[in-house]
Amino acid sequence: MPSEKQQEYRDHPMNENEEIQTNPEHDDSVDELTDDLETLLDEIDEILEEDSEEFVENFIQRGGQ
Amino acid sequence: MHRRIYGLETEYGIICTPEKNKGKKLTVQNVVMYLFREIISGRMYPDVFLENGARFYQDIGCHPEYATPECDDVIELVAHDKAGERIVTRLATTAERRMRTDGFRGKISIFKNNLDTVGNTYGCHENYLMEREKVSFRQLASQLIPFFVTRQIYTGAGKVRHSDQGFYEISQRAQHIREEISIATTTARGIINTRDEPHADREKYRRLHVIVGDSNMSELANLLKVGTTGIVLRMIEDHFINEQFALRNSVQAIHEISEDTTCKCLVELDNGKRLSAVELQWLYFETAKRYLEQAESDPTTDEVMKRWEYVMTCLEKDPRLLDRELDWVIKRKWLETYVKHRSLNWDSAEVRRVDLEYHNIRQDVGLFYKAEKKGLTERILDDAQIRLAMHSPPERTRAKFRGRFIKLVNNGKVLCGVNWSYIQLYEPYQKLYLSTDPLEPEFEEASRMIYSI
Repeated sequence: MPSEKQQEYRDHPMNENEEIQTNPEHDDSVDELTDDLETLLDEIDEILEEDSEEFVENFIQRGGQ
Repeated sequence: MHRRIYGLETEYGIICTPEKNKGKKLTVQNVVMYLFREIISGRMYPDVFLENGARFYQDIGCHPEYATPECDDVIELVAHDKAGERIVTRLATTAERRMRTDGFRGKISIFKNNLDTVGNTYGCHENYLMEREKVSFRQLASQLIPFFVTRQIYTGAGKVRHSDQGFYEISQRAQHIREEISIATTTARGIINTRDEPHADREKYRRLHVIVGDSNMSELANLLKVGTTGIVLRMIEDHFINEQFALRNSVQAIHEISEDTTCKCLVELDNGKRLSAVELQWLYFETAKRYLEQAESDPTTDEVMKRWEYVMTCLEKDPRLLDRELDWVIKRKWLETYVKHRSLNWDSAEVRRVDLEYHNIRQDVGLFYKAEKKGLTERILDDAQIRLAMHSPPERTRAKFRGRFIKLVNNGKVLCGVNWSYIQLYEPYQKLYLSTDPLEPEFEEASRMIYSI
């Protein structure tokens, strides 16, 4: 799925002739919330309505390979 | 086109919680039996081949394990690994219905991760078929170890931890690796595992069994994990890697790299140089690029190279740029966001639960899938490819005919025993068909015979 954010071209550090895409306006802070992230947080809230303490404590597996 | 057999085996974590936390609890063993009831009859051991050529069975430690059919293309392999998730999900839904009929009202959660709450681990194993005579095991191991130690910066699934060094680390498996080379899969796990079961002509082939990697939710991380390893193996087989990447202490390095989410920590090489995981991976990438200027490539290899270069460029700049691509970065972003906006502590049960639910394979529940639905993750497949892989085996390997036989068995047309390397027809045919080369659809003869009846 293509990114909705704007893309720009940036020089490759090891091959100056080549160009590669990165997201310049990439938001690496967690302060601003897009609508999607806001909904996602609400959805996480829903999952956590159950007793997480008990759920996590009970999630014990025998070791596998 | 250069051909190789690739396979992925995923051990799932599983738990059943009673509705509203009331009612009887089912043990993991009981839940796994319910999971298999749809596809096996009562007394059989839970171990079956499916019509897409895959194997689904109960592994050590009571984990449901899905092994993909033999694929000769890594994009196809990722589709088959995802198909496994969907098949197991469907079985879980049926199992819940059966449980309700039997008086257990509960919800089954299945996690494609590698850790439970108390630190038990279960694996995601990669398999690569190699021609035995091309390279000695010693050389193979020494050139692969630095690659496996450092590739976690894009294959890691991420985990919350509680220590003074920080709240999060890159890999779920790294801290469980204790040796450089080992045959053990449940105790002193090695960076290189020596369990060589090729399910093919042993003189011609060896199997490289890789247990050091994390399970991936991200299609792209999964593609990179297997795709870059496949390219590195080709270079080793063709004796193209001359550089000395050997690390002074590989086991310590795999731990330290996992603990450093900036990807900047330096590890010491045997030759005294100190390099970061990013720098070491760039060396492998640049070598691969030179290699492919003189060796045959194909569209999938080109795709892997393009993606590899992209993630390396971002990792060098700032790993956080990859919050659509890599599991450990995607998960960390949501965890950080959630912790901040809900004012939680990193050592709270809520945070641990979110860490788990990222890996929930049910598309209506799992956090990874919630984000995928919103277009917040980078995909390399479409759903049609995954649906196809749920029912159809790969076309170019022996899995094609295995799948066809399983369909006949499921329709009650024949009785036969099936394994990776043979098909045994019972009464009235009494025939055994062996396959010594998984790259060749060798069960063709058997298939012809069946269709002639």
